[in-house]
Amino acid sequence: MARTSSSKENAQALFHSLRSAYAATPVNLKIIDLYVGFAAFTALIQVVYMASVGSFPFNSFLSGVLSCVGTAVLAVCLRIQVNKENKEFKDLPPERAFADFVLCNLVLHLVIMNFLG
Amino acid sequence: MARRLAGFLVLLLVVSICEAAFLFQPISDSHRSTALELFTPDHGSFKSLEETYEALRTFQILGIEKKPDLTATACRSISETVGSSSSTAKDLFYALKANSIAECKIDKKASKGIISRLKAAVSGASSLLDFYYSVGGLVLIKDQSSEADVHLADAEGVFRSVKAFSQSDGRWRYSSNNPESSAFAAGIALETHAGIVSLASSEIDQSLISTLKNDIIKLFDSIEKYDDGALYFDDKLVDGHEYQGPVSTTSSVLRGLTAFAAVTAENLNLPGDKILGLAKFFLGIGVPGDAKDFFNQIDSLACLESNRVSIPLILSFPSTVLSLTRKDSLKVGVSTVLGSEVPSLTVKLVGAFSSGSKDASLVESQELNFDKTSGLHILNDLPKSIDVGSYTFVFEIVLHEPKHEEVYFKGSQTKVPISVTGLIKIENSEIAVLDSDLGSIESQKKLDLAGKNAISLSANHLQKLRLSFQLTTPRGRSFKPHQAFLKLRHESKVEHIFVVGNSGKQFEIVLNFLGLVEKFFYLSGKYDMELTVGDAAMENSLLVAIGHIELDLPEAPEKAPRPPPQPVDPYSRYGPKAEITHIFRAPEKRPPQELSLAFLGLTILPLLGFLIGLLRLGVNLKNFPTKPLPATFAVLFHVGIGAVLLLYVFFWVKLDLFQTLKILGFLGGILVFVGHRILSHLAAASAKLKSA
Repeated sequence: MARTSSSKENAQALFHSLRSAYAATPVNLKIIDLYVGFAAFTALIQVVYMASVGSFPFNSFLSGVLSCVGTAVLAVCLRIQVNKENKEFKDLPPERAFADFVLCNLVLHLVIMNFLG
Repeated sequence: MARRLAGFLVLLLVVSICEAAFLFQPISDSHRSTALELFTPDHGSFKSLEETYEALRTFQILGIEKKPDLTATACRSISETVGSSSSTAKDLFYALKANSIAECKIDKKASKGIISRLKAAVSGASSLLDFYYSVGGLVLIKDQSSEADVHLADAEGVFRSVKAFSQSDGRWRYSSNNPESSAFAAGIALETHAGIVSLASSEIDQSLISTLKNDIIKLFDSIEKYDDGALYFDDKLVDGHEYQGPVSTTSSVLRGLTAFAAVTAENLNLPGDKILGLAKFFLGIGVPGDAKDFFNQIDSLACLESNRVSIPLILSFPSTVLSLTRKDSLKVGVSTVLGSEVPSLTVKLVGAFSSGSKDASLVESQELNFDKTSGLHILNDLPKSIDVGSYTFVFEIVLHEPKHEEVYFKGSQTKVPISVTGLIKIENSEIAVLDSDLGSIESQKKLDLAGKNAISLSANHLQKLRLSFQLTTPRGRSFKPHQAFLKLRHESKVEHIFVVGNSGKQFEIVLNFLGLVEKFFYLSGKYDMELTVGDAAMENSLLVAIGHIELDLPEAPEKAPRPPPQPVDPYSRYGPKAEITHIFRAPEKRPPQELSLAFLGLTILPLLGFLIGLLRLGVNLKNFPTKPLPATFAVLFHVGIGAVLLLYVFFWVKLDLFQTLKILGFLGGILVFVGHRILSHLAAASAKLKSA
C-alpha cells in the first residue's frame, strides 16, 4: 500500500517538476513545440479517417500523413538548431536555421502537392 | 482410188485401236451442221478470197448445197480481182481457186491478161510463195479457160529454182534470205513442183523427180506420233508469225503429196500405215471449232479419200458397252473417211480376250452378218463364253474382190475394248452372331439384299459376327466385284469399313470382336450396318442398310486410343461466337460525403488549436522592422511565401509540374533574395543587441 502510493506520488512529483521545468523554456521554443503538436494531431486525424473509410486513394493518404510528419521533423530540426542550450549549433545564427526550415518546407510541400493527386 | 483410201483408213483405224482405245468416227452430219455455222459470211461476203475459197471447197466436199447468193457474191469478187490490174499473184491465185468451184465465167480478154501476168510473175519470182501463187494460178487458169496453150517455157529452170529452197532434212525454206525451214513450206513446194510438171511443155528430167521423191521420204522421217497412232507434221515454234500449227502443216504436206502423186507415174512407195496415221490424226480432231482448222481437216480427208496411194477404211462402233440383260448385239460399221460407200466386204471377229489376260481367245473366229437396211455388220448373239466384264475384241476386214486390195488399205487386225454388263444374282445372304470358341450360332437371320432390311442383333466382345452371300453372273459363273464392303457406324458417327473376301462364289466376312475391341475404341452401343457391293459390269450394284447391332465392349483402359474427332459442323466452328460484354472494374466504394466533410472539419481543428495556443503564449509582432526598407523586405518575404503556397494550391488544382516549376523558379529566386536581405538584417540587429 505504501509502495503503490509512493509510486503514485512519485509520478505526480515527476509530472509537476516536468511542468515547471517546461515553463522555463523560451517562448520561441514553445512556439515550435506547439507547431509540432499541431502537425502530429493533424496526422493522427488523417490516420483515423483512413482507418474508418479505407485506404482508397492511398497516395492521397500517404501524401497527407507524410506532409504532417515531414513538417514536424523539420520543425524539430529547427528547434534543435535554435536552442541556445545546444552547444553543437552555437555558431549557427537562428535566422539561418529558420531560412533552412522555410526552404525545406517549401520543397517538401511541392513534392507533397505532386503526390496528392 | 476412193475405196483404196477407205480401206487404208479402216486399217489405220484398226491399228490405232491396238495402241489405245480411241475410236475414230468418220465425217457425219454433225460436221455438216457445224460447217454451216462456221462458214457464215459477214454481210453476205467473206473477208477475203482465201476464205471464200475455203468455204466453197468445204461445202463442196461435205455435199452441202451451194447457196445462190453466196455464189453470186463470190463471182462478183472474183471478177473484180480478175479484172483489176493491181491484183497480185496471190489474189489471182485465190480468185481462180474459188472460181474452180463457183464456176463463174471469165472472159477471154481477162484470162489472156491473167496468163501473161502470171507468166511474168513466174519469171520474176524470188521466194517460194511467189512461185507457188504464180504456178498454181497458171495451173488453175489452164483448167478453167478455153485457152489450151498454157505452158511454162523453162519448166526445168523453174523446177530447179524451187528445188533450190529445199533443205537436206526434207523441209523447205521460204526464201533465200530466211534460213528457217518448215514442213508447211515443204507442202507448198511439193504442190508447186506438181504444178510445174503438169505445165511443162516438154518432159522434165526424171532424175529431178526422183530427187523430189527422196525429199518426200526424208520429210516423212520427221513425222511425229501420238500414242493412239495418229501421225502428224509439226514445225518448231520459232517465230509466232510463221508458225502454222500441226493441223495446217499436216494438211499442207498432204495436199502437196497428193498433188505430186497425181502427176508422177511412179509409185511413191509410201507405207500404208503412214497414210493411215495421217487419217487418224485428222479424224481424231473431231469437229473443229475454227474455220481454218475445219477447212484443213475436210480438205485433207478429201485428199486421202481420192488419192492414188491408198484409201483407208474405218471401223466405227455405235456402242462399245453391251448389256446381257437387254440382249444387245455387237454392231460394226465400215466406211471411208468422209463416210462414203465401201466395196462389199466382210468383217470377221477373229478373237476375244479378257482385259489384261494373255490367255487364248474366248471365242472362235466367226463372220458378222451384214444387215443391208442399216448398213452395219452385226454379231447377233454374244457367245456363251462372254460373261460380264471387259474384253478386247479383235476384228479383221476381208474384201470380197482382190482388185480392191490395191485401191483400199485394210491393214491387219483391229483391237477394240468392249464392256459387257449384266445383272448379278445375290443369293443365300445371311447374317449370324457366333460364340467365339465353339463357333456355335447364337442368332442367325436371313437377309434380303435386294429389298429393305431391319435386322437387330446384339453381341458382346467374346462373340463373332458372320455375314455371307453368293454372287453369280448371268452365265452362272463366280463373280468378284470391285467393291464388297461392310461398314459399321457407331452412334457417335465413328465408322469402320471391312472388305468382304470370297472363295469362288461364296462371299463371307467374320468379325471377331475380341480382336477388334481396340480398333473400335472400346465404344459400346448401337452400330448401324451397311453393305456395299459394286462393279462397273454390274447393273444392280447395291448399297443397303442391313440393320443394327448392339455391341457390348469392355471399358476402355487408361492408355486406350481415343476415337478420332468427327468432322464438326463448319458453321458451328467457324461461325460467329457469343458476344462478349466488357465488365468494367467496379469503382471503389467511397465514403459518404458527409463523413468526409466532417473529417475535413476535424482536420482544421488542430490548426485552430495552434493559433489559440500561439495567442496564449503571447505571440507579438514587436520584432517587426520599423524602418521602411527592411519593412518592405519583410512584407515581401511573407508575401513571397504566401505566393508559393498559393502556387502549390494552383498546382494541385490545375497546373502541371513543368509550369509549376517554371513559376516556382521565378518566385523562388525573388524569395531567396528577399529572405536573405531580411534575415541578415534581423541577424545583424540581434548581434548588435547581444554585443550591446
